[in-house]
Amino acid sequence: MGIEKETIEVAPGIRQIPNTPVFITVIDKVINWARAGSMWPVTFGLACCAIEMMATGASHYDLDRFGIIFRASPRQSDVLIVAGTVTKKMAPVVRRVYDQMPEPKYVIAMGSCACSGGVFRTYSTVQGCDQFLPVDVYVPGCPPRPEALLYGLLTLQQKIKSESKRWGFWRR
Amino acid sequence: MSPLIEVTKKDVVSETWEEPFYLNMGPQHPSTHGVLRIVLHLEGETIVDCDPIVGYLHRGVEKLGENLNYNQAIILSDRLDYIASVANNTAFALAFEKIFNLKVPRRAQLLRTIVCEMARICNHLLWLATHALDIGAMTVFLYCFRDREWLLNVFEKICGARLTHSYVRVGGVRLDFTSEIIDELYKFTEEFPNRILDYETLIDVNRIWLKRTKGIAVVSAEEAINLGLTGPCLRGSGVPYDVRKFRPYDAYEEVSFIVPTGKNGDTYDRYRVRMEELRQANSIIRQCLDKLPETEGQPVVADNAPDLLIPEKRKSAVALPHPKKGYFFKAKEEDVVPPGEAFASIESPKGELAVYVVSDGSNKPWRLRIRTPSFVHISAIPDLTRGHLIADLVAIIGTLDVVLGDSDR
Repeated sequence: MGIEKETIEVAPGIRQIPNTPVFITVIDKVINWARAGSMWPVTFGLACCAIEMMATGASHYDLDRFGIIFRASPRQSDVLIVAGTVTKKMAPVVRRVYDQMPEPKYVIAMGSCACSGGVFRTYSTVQGCDQFLPVDVYVPGCPPRPEALLYGLLTLQQKIKSESKRWGFWRR
Repeated sequence: MSPLIEVTKKDVVSETWEEPFYLNMGPQHPSTHGVLRIVLHLEGETIVDCDPIVGYLHRGVEKLGENLNYNQAIILSDRLDYIASVANNTAFALAFEKIFNLKVPRRAQLLRTIVCEMARICNHLLWLATHALDIGAMTVFLYCFRDREWLLNVFEKICGARLTHSYVRVGGVRLDFTSEIIDELYKFTEEFPNRILDYETLIDVNRIWLKRTKGIAVVSAEEAINLGLTGPCLRGSGVPYDVRKFRPYDAYEEVSFIVPTGKNGDTYDRYRVRMEELRQANSIIRQCLDKLPETEGQPVVADNAPDLLIPEKRKSAVALPHPKKGYFFKAKEEDVVPPGEAFASIESPKGELAVYVVSDGSNKPWRLRIRTPSFVHISAIPDLTRGHLIADLVAIIGTLDVVLGDSDR
């Protein structure tokens, strides 16, 4: 192809026309790059894991350097981190928060309780938030260390970067 | 508090009668410290009445505890007040030790006191961080988490967990301190008073902080007792009630500390009480560390402490005379623990945490009842908020230091 002869590959999937500030790539890549670079999670803590989520956002682990800033409103956020036990009373609320988020939206199940119910196999606990939410990344642990949550968020970034045809009118 | 109520009541009964305005706050709200839902009855921006609704984090801990044996039930206590989990462990362990008739070795008592006070520092730092963040001071949040991480790293060296420690077990503690931990704690106690000064310089005379906290949610001593407040919320009103002084447990009898009290009983006084408690906790850790070398090499678990897996019934062979010749042996089942009931209460960082346990002789508690401070404190929210503005509600939830895992259980 002519493009491949006349351009240089500067990064995987990104080609530059030599000596010009012109880059050629697919639009999926640009959009995914933008999405992965600014994931805003909802400030929504449920239980113990919320404390570790706060610690991840605070001074020592510092989520800001990944472009991840906690946003208090679901209307302006992209990621829902289900941090903690989901009870049967809380499940409709979590679902409503998820429904309020604009597309595209992602869910991280943080902690054993959100993944599978954890130790709380009782009458009042939902055995895993995947029973009512489409979960993208599971982060096990009770509670997961901040590093584990960071790894989960980075895994989600990888997932977002590998998406295609997830935007535009043909989606769904 | 009372004159404010009268003013609002006069407003309500005005000539132009309007529909009452209800606003729902929570359960998804960044400053309700979890999943607390409050239905507010408003008159303009003034809160006429409010109705806190709990139960969004009810996980059935009490019922679950009745299906696990005594040592396994302690891991559930971590998830009650998850900010200071060692304090909950201690409350459970103290109640269970009364059932088992155990005497805890002195070294274990000292270690427990140290970790309890570390948990108090962790809790108060997190409280200060979130309370200041709710009121609008972002910097304090970052500074507090810096120091909290330091303590959590020490906790990680002690027992391998950052948040849910399960360090205290029935009859003592799981592991002894290594010399590395003791050195690190000495370094921490040396440095920490300076850090407290840092926070105080940030917010003590800050005009916004003073306006948002002084005169907000004033509780008189009598009201505080009637509402059932405990811990710093009660002491902020001037009542020097502290379980560590009144019914000393672990090594609190040996250490000297003062119980800080406030005067006016407003949000600012409660803040001052907690800051002073940070200093006292620091000094208690220091005193206990100084006492540790005396008990070097002593066990940290009582000799007759139950194994981690407690059998349901203790079986022993009884020799009975055989009708023809010799003996034959018959298995005899005995109770693992003596049947009875026990009650233990501790001064957890949030208030008085009490555990009541009934044993029927098996390896599991027959009934496990937990009295948590947060539940009582949440029930005091309507009385504290009447007549205040909506913006003050955030400060009031913060000053009561509620954790919903603690309240809903």
